[in-house]
Amino acid sequence: MTATIALPSAQSLRTRARAMTVLRLVAAPVIVVIAVSLLFWWISTLPLDSIEQRTLNPAYIEARIKEHLLLTFVASLLVAVLAIPAGILVYRARSAWVRGIFLTLGNIGQATPAVGVVILLAIVWQTGFATALVALVAYSFLPVLRNTMVGLEQVGSDVKEAARGMGMTRNQVLTRIELPLASPTILAGLRTALVFAVGTATVATFINAGGLGDMIVNGLKLQRYPVLLTGAVLVAAIAVLIDWLAGVVEDLVRPKGL
Amino acid sequence: MSDTVPTNTGFFRAISSQSAGVSLELDHVTKQYPGQPAPAVDDFSMNIRPGELIMFVGPSGCGKTTTMKMVNRLIEPSSGSIRIDGKDVLSLNPNELRRHVGYVIQQIGLFPHRTIAENIATVPKMLGWKKDRIAERVDELLRTVQLDPGAFANRYPRQLSGGQQQRAGVARALAADPPVMLMDEPFGATDPITRERLQAEFLRLQAEIGKTIIFVTHDFDEAIRMGDRIAVLSERSRIEQFDTPANILAAPANEYVSSFIGQGAAIKRLALMPISDAVLGPVADAGGPRIPVTGSLRDALDLIVLSGVARVTVTDPDGVAMGTLDHAAISHVLGTTVEVSALGADGEATP
Repeated sequence: MTATIALPSAQSLRTRARAMTVLRLVAAPVIVVIAVSLLFWWISTLPLDSIEQRTLNPAYIEARIKEHLLLTFVASLLVAVLAIPAGILVYRARSAWVRGIFLTLGNIGQATPAVGVVILLAIVWQTGFATALVALVAYSFLPVLRNTMVGLEQVGSDVKEAARGMGMTRNQVLTRIELPLASPTILAGLRTALVFAVGTATVATFINAGGLGDMIVNGLKLQRYPVLLTGAVLVAAIAVLIDWLAGVVEDLVRPKGL
Repeated sequence: MSDTVPTNTGFFRAISSQSAGVSLELDHVTKQYPGQPAPAVDDFSMNIRPGELIMFVGPSGCGKTTTMKMVNRLIEPSSGSIRIDGKDVLSLNPNELRRHVGYVIQQIGLFPHRTIAENIATVPKMLGWKKDRIAERVDELLRTVQLDPGAFANRYPRQLSGGQQQRAGVARALAADPPVMLMDEPFGATDPITRERLQAEFLRLQAEIGKTIIFVTHDFDEAIRMGDRIAVLSERSRIEQFDTPANILAAPANEYVSSFIGQGAAIKRLALMPISDAVLGPVADAGGPRIPVTGSLRDALDLIVLSGVARVTVTDPDGVAMGTLDHAAISHVLGTTVEVSALGADGEATP
């Protein structure tokens, strides 16, 4: 009987949810396209001097975007490869000590200003891509670590007990039950890490590792505001687009039935 | 028994081949958690015959669930031995063991990211069954627990009601046709009406499949309704009485058991007795209220109280009057039963 009462409301909820999904799918790219179009239209109306012309051209911008994206994606990939297993280990160790140590390390990585880490690393080690990568990984490690732990801890004890009771080994419980059920939370952590990385990758310019930070810093130093603004708007646009893309992926790979 | 079964694989094949129940013995089983003054389960011994449905009933925290979970080694006993079909479970691989022991819990624990069909297929898949065989089995089981395969196989757990989920849980536990089932308050989280239906359905199912079952509950009425034998447990899983429902109701072993039975023991006993147990009086006038002989004495008493007459007419399945039944006859049945069990006669249940 309840089904007949619940059905219409569930249906209307579902149509509303679908409308929201469509809005979320469309809004971000539309805003980005508008913002970037406005920027380039504005720049095209400006008389550019020689300094500005050297940076505000397609080849230069494309090279910076490529550097920026490379840093972001390699760093995020490393974070995924390191932080998810770390989160699984901490979860399975079930020891307050291990948990404390890993969370403290993650917190330190995130709490320390990325600019400071980059420059310190450059002094004690080297400048360039690898150093920037280490700083980025340290910075975006925490959200993935924490979300992996929390996601696994949230899996219902009833589900785990049923799985054990049916004769799954601990590894089978992890790979067939716990990880799939924790995957939405873990992916949300990765999404946060990606967006962090886009923003933080701007500091790579200080140690000569390129990226859109070059445009921002040069624009500031040389007081060429069109350059500064282009760098800033592009970083923001990339961050929004990556967040959007990660959101779409999250929706696509979320286990059905959750 | 164990020397006829040289390897574990052989043993599992042997017990899986008999889809009906096997014997289950718990022998001086104790569970002592480190750092605790008293054991959670203290020297528990019990012999369960093949195909028996044994109810563990007791207050929460009395160790009944702990005792049950030692059978599939979700909890390891500190001492003692547990034998399934004569084979000590401690000598088996615990994961292998659990794949051959059905397990149903109150919270059900269906995997939310898998369809009902995939949930039910879990153990057969682990046992390496062929796809066709799994599909066939899932279909059969869904029908057995009265869920239409066409409608339910591809749904996800959250799309089912509580009662439907519980049925799916039972189907999942039965998937690989385990000879032994452990059920931990399986119907505890459902509303009273659904619970009664599930109990009745499960009893009907058990009559067909004849598994050896340990069924944990804190609801004494559920124990009476379902059990072949009931173990009334107190602190540290001490067995206060282990007997058939009728015998426990007729002759509680001590104060503790009586307090557990609660009010209305006589009425509860009557519910277990068919009208044919009573000595019927001669057929009188045909006008009074009538009751089929297949009903219980409690149904008859109900009718007497409701209609306010002195006696009701008992009819055979064809509706022909067989005799009459009154208060005195019903009371007489209760009296007789007490005498029988007090003699210590062979009152133990036949499964």
